[in-house]
Parts: sequence; structure tokens; C-alpha cells
Amino acid sequence: MLLTDNMWLQLLLDLVFAGVVLGVIMGIAGYTVLAERKVASWIQERPGPNRASIPFIVAIPVIGRFLQRIGFFQLIADGAKFLFKEEPTPRHTHRFYYVLAPMLALIPPVIVISVLPFGVWWYEGQVRPLAIANVDIGLLLVLAIGSLGLYGSVLGGWASNNKFSYMGAIRAGAQLISYELAMGLAVLPVVIWAAMPGTTGGLNMMSIVESQGTLWNVIWQPVAALVFLVALFAETGRLPFDMVESETDLVSGPSTEYGAFKFGLFYFAEYINLVIGSALFTLLFLGGWNFLPFVPAPWPENFFGSVCTVVWFTLKTFGMIFFFLWMRWTLPRFRYDQVMRIGWGMLVPLAVVNLIAYALIIPLVDKFLK
Amino acid sequence: MALQKQEITLGDIALRNAEAESELSGDRMVFSAGPSHPMTHGVLRLVLELDGDTITKCDPVIGYLHRGSEKIAESMTYNQFVPYTDRFDYIASPANNVAYAIAVEKMAGLTVPERCEAIRVLSCELARLASHLVGVGVYGMDAGALTVFMYAYTLREKVLSLLEALTGGRLTTSYTRIGGVARDLPEGFLGHVSKVCDDALFDIDEMDKLLTRNKIFIDRTDGVAVITKEDALAYGLSGANLRASGVDSDLRRDNPYSGYEKYDFEVPIGTKGDCYDRYLVRLEELRQSVGILRQVVDTMPEGDWYNKEAKKVFLPPKQKVLTSMEELIQNFMITTQGPQLPEGEAYFEAENPKGALGFFVVSKGGGVPYRLRVRGPSFSSLSILPKLTLGHMFPDLTVILGSLDFIMGECDR
Repeated sequence: MLLTDNMWLQLLLDLVFAGVVLGVIMGIAGYTVLAERKVASWIQERPGPNRASIPFIVAIPVIGRFLQRIGFFQLIADGAKFLFKEEPTPRHTHRFYYVLAPMLALIPPVIVISVLPFGVWWYEGQVRPLAIANVDIGLLLVLAIGSLGLYGSVLGGWASNNKFSYMGAIRAGAQLISYELAMGLAVLPVVIWAAMPGTTGGLNMMSIVESQGTLWNVIWQPVAALVFLVALFAETGRLPFDMVESETDLVSGPSTEYGAFKFGLFYFAEYINLVIGSALFTLLFLGGWNFLPFVPAPWPENFFGSVCTVVWFTLKTFGMIFFFLWMRWTLPRFRYDQVMRIGWGMLVPLAVVNLIAYALIIPLVDKFLK
Repeated sequence: MALQKQEITLGDIALRNAEAESELSGDRMVFSAGPSHPMTHGVLRLVLELDGDTITKCDPVIGYLHRGSEKIAESMTYNQFVPYTDRFDYIASPANNVAYAIAVEKMAGLTVPERCEAIRVLSCELARLASHLVGVGVYGMDAGALTVFMYAYTLREKVLSLLEALTGGRLTTSYTRIGGVARDLPEGFLGHVSKVCDDALFDIDEMDKLLTRNKIFIDRTDGVAVITKEDALAYGLSGANLRASGVDSDLRRDNPYSGYEKYDFEVPIGTKGDCYDRYLVRLEELRQSVGILRQVVDTMPEGDWYNKEAKKVFLPPKQKVLTSMEELIQNFMITTQGPQLPEGEAYFEAENPKGALGFFVVSKGGGVPYRLRVRGPSFSSLSILPKLTLGHMFPDLTVILGSLDFIMGECDR
């Protein structure tokens, strides 16, 4: 967002903006942990976290009690627990990589946040995406950086020097690489559709969202959406694809030997990945901040409209997050070889066929219907 | 559902063994899973040898929960041993209590009144509900479906509340005495039971909906760890594991005890003997248990709840102890020297939730058993594990262990 001509002031503003965005998304990821626990408790007919409280805030007549009931302060309790726990490093681990792994798990998703747009900014007749960085190859960057998070798991599993962690790390590597392929193939038709004939902007997130102005990709390319969604489950390591830390046989996978804040980082990275995955699916297939299919946006193109796009996009993302949580608490877990079979035997061929089909259809649509 | 029949014969196993031998040059990973591991319910340790993700050897190490109960029994009176039976299959303790009491009564030639028998059946079936709910729920959890586990435990909570009302304890009930039970039914208890029965059917259906037709669950369990009829018999499996392999055997029906012949129930039989069948059999047995409970509630006879004739065995009522000389002496003798039983020996097997739990009691007279031996069904169930897991994948192991539904308290004793 170009606001001033002063370079230094602009830089400062950008930094503040980046800080705010990161803070908000971290906060959302944190409260996703709470949402996970609450959704689980609703599904399982139990109250869920409803005890943690802060002395003075809980004394506010109605609101304090309400916040306590919905477990609003639980996040603080959890975070404080991770912070203040003793941080043991088992002696059989490789210390350097052991410390490095949780950081490597968390840093890539945080980088990915920077290129995800979450709304539009109408400013003096100009239209800009609300994102920390509006990169021309945004989608490519998301896929490239996002898969680096794998190193956290693999390194953590290896550095732990523990057979359960090691197995988890191997599974993480195999699973993520397999599903990366299906994911990339599923995204390609979307990119083809977004790239206007004669331009090269298909990888820009903004243009992908704009290409869904009247028709969301989930309706127009359902197969791609399905493949991408399943691959997303596998990439984020959520049940039914949580091979990486299938707790009944691998105890906790690569994070078995971790405790205190290092475990917290792993844990947090998982939820940031979940938030990013949901946002990505919303951007690529659920029309981003576009209102509804075939319905023009009811909000004006000004500041108020910008806020509306952000809210609408956030709501869609929350819906996706809820979907992820819902699946986790409903389905059993696949076996490792079944996961691989689904990835290579079903998703990849399906994605290839889908890609070929849309590579033929989209030029025809461009030629005759536009 | 197109279920493919996949039979594993001894020849296949031998072939697998030969293959495993020929690949000895390759590196194997030795895993020690347990004794404290989420996969092994209780303190079972498995020493696994993995070729990649394939199990080439599985060596169960048992005995972490061994307490020498059988030997302890020789130094305490018959009734003092009842709390020890709680700790065999500790999620279905009333059933253990009943099996023990009937074994001792069989040795002593004692009978119990009809009401006592009905109460025992009631407590046994509540125990079966409690145990199978853990069996199905934890099985679901092993496959990754945590919600099924919570649903099962919600229902189990109601069953445990009933047991608490009946016996005073939720887990370690110690309900039976030689010649009767510890106390009569509490007031209004049967009404509560029938209410829980109504809830139970609904909750069981809910679990059924979550798992039975679930593609992932079927993929995980169908055709996994098939136990053939012959194997099941050869390894001495019993209970649901045996029935899932297609052997039509239920001691409650074949060798009725405690008045089971009065109740009408079906014995579910599996066709393939795989993990999925074992799940289905347990689920159906839950429904049958609810059916038995309803019949017991409807036909609960009035009358004595302990054998009044056996004056040297069952403690007299407290009121009489304080007012009458004869009862006071009886009370004193039973409390200090134990119930006076004749010489003899007897073996009795009861159809417990985990399988056939047998007690072999030898008495040389007096209040203390001369020898007492226990046949734990979980021990047999675990004995087939090395053969069963061979050639399966490591993640399969969780499902296999869950499907066998063993309990270490009973295996190690």
C-alpha cells in the first residue's frame, strides 16, 4: 500500500502493518488451539476448557464469566505453561539440530503469511491487495516456502535420536513430498484460469481471487478443489492423515522428545499451518473475499468496503478451520501405506487428468464465452 | 460391501518366515514398544523387529503387573480374596467376583437363592457393558477415532454409576461373598437399570453409525490379522475373539451358570475372524447384554439374596449378631477363621467379557484355599500375538492390539 512518498515513513508504515498482520494471524492461530479443544468438546458432549480465568477480568459482571465459560483465558494458561516449564534437553539428542528443528518448523509458515492477501484496499481509485507483500509469484512462493516446514519435522525426528521420532520423520518426509505433487497439480488449472490470455499474472494471489469474481473455483473446478483439499489435510498433518504423529503407534512422532516451549513451537506451527491452509483454500477455491457466486459485492469500493472484504474473507477462513477441526474429531486415521496409495494412486492421476481437461476447456471458454 | 476373503494359512506364515530369513542381510530396526506406550493398553511390552514398516518379529514381554495373586490366595480366607479378583479384569470386576464365588461354591457344593443368582447376572452383564464399551471405544481410539472413545465412556459412566449404587465401588466392586452377595439391591435400582438400558441402545447405535460403515475404519480393520477357526481353538482363545473366528461357543449358553439359562439371548458369530469381525461381535454383544439386563429387571425374583442355610459360610445379619448368642459366635468364627468349607476341588469357567475366566480351587477344609489357580483369557489372547502380527505393518499393530481387547491385570495376575 503506497500511502506516502517519503521512503522512510513508508518503510516504517509497512513494518507496522506487517507486525500487526503477523500478530493478528498468530493470535488467530493461538485461538485455533482453543477452538480445537472447544469443537472437540462440543462433538464429544463435554464442557471443554471452562475454568481458566484472570482475577480482575473475570470479575466483570456478565462478560467475565462468559469469557471464562468459553475458555477465553485458556490460551494464556497454555502459553504460560509452555513458557515456565523446565526445558530439558535429553542427553541422547543432537543438541544443535534439536534446538533448530522447532524453529525450522515455525519460520516457513510465518514467511508464507506475508504473501497471503486477506482483502482489497481501495485507495484513490487504485485497487491493491491487503497483504504484507504483493508478490507476482505469490502462489509459487506459498508452495515453495510452505513445504520447507517439513524440515522441522524431519530434523526434529532425526535429532531426537529416538526410533519413534525417526519413524515419524520418515513418514513426514514421504507423505509431504507425495502430497506436494498432487497439490501442485491441482493448483495448476486454477492458475491457468487466473492468467488472462496474453498476460502472466496467474500466479499472483490477487489475480487468482479476481478470476473468481462471478464463479468460485470450487464450483467451476470441483475436482481440483477436492484434490487440493485432501492434499491440504495431508500437508497440515491433520487427521485422517496425521501419520506424522499418529499418537497410538508413534507416541507423538518427531515431537516426542520435545518439551516445554520447544514442543510449544511445534504445536503452534501445526496450527499456523492449519490457518494458512484454510486461508489458501479460501483464496484459491472459495473466491477469496468475493461475496457470493453470481452475486456482486454489496459493499462500496471505499474504506468501509475494504473492511467488509477482510471480514468476509476471515469468515470464510474460519469456516474452513472449523471444517478441519470437525473432520479431525469425526474420522479414524488411515494407515501409512493407505495414505501413500491415496496420494499416488488416486490424487495424482486425478489431478493430472483434471489438469489436462481444464487445459483444453479453459482456452475454449476464453475463446467462445468471453 | 465387497469384502474380499483373505485367508492366512500356516503355509503363508512359513513362506513369510522364509522370506524374512532370506533378507537377514538387510538392516532391521528393533523397537521396544512399552511397557508404557499408548498402543499397549496397560503394561505390555512388545519387542518388535521391523523391516521398514513391516513387522518381522513380535515378542510380547509380559509380567509387569504380576502380583502373585494365586499364591496370595493361599494365605487368606475365601472372602478376603474377593478384592483380589477385582484386580484381574479390572474394568469388569463384578464378573470376576461372580466367577470366583461360583467356583468356590461349586467346590463346597453350595447353592444360592434365585434372587442372588439374578443379582449376579445383573452385575455380570453390567460388567460386560462396561468392559465391551472400553473394548469398542478404545478400539476406535486406536484407529484414530477419538470421539467414539468419548461416546463409549459417556455411556460407561452411566453403567459405572449403576455399579456404584449396587456395590459402593466403581472399579473395584468386591461384590460377591461365598454363598451370596455383599448386599441386596438398593431401593429403586431396577428402575435406574432399565433407564440406562434405554440410553445404552441409543449410544451404541451412535457408535455403530460412526464406525461400522466408515470407509477408513473398514480399510484399517477388514482382513487385518485374520485368526482362523483352527488357530483360535489351538491358541485357546475365548470370548469375543473366539466367536469372531466363527466358533459358536458361549459358556453362558453352553454351560449355563447362575441361571443364565432363563434368559434369552443371541450369540453373535463372526465369519472371517479379522479385526473388523471382532469389533462387530463386541458391538452386538453390547446389544445382547442390554437385552439380558432388561429380562433380569423384568423377572427379578423376590426372596433371600444369600444362602441362609450356610451358617458357617455367610456372615449373619448384623442385627442378629448384636442380639443373639449363636449368630455372635458364627460371626466371630467366620471373621477370624474364614467360611468353613469342606475338602474338595473344583474348576469353574465363566464367560467373562474378555473370555473364559477359570478358577481352580483346592480345599483341604477350613477357611483358606489350599491352592487356587486362575485361567486368564487375556493370557491366551496375547499368546497368538507373535503369529498374528507377522507380516503386518507397524500401524496395524495398534488395531490388532485393540481388537484383541486384552487386559494386563488378568494376563499377569
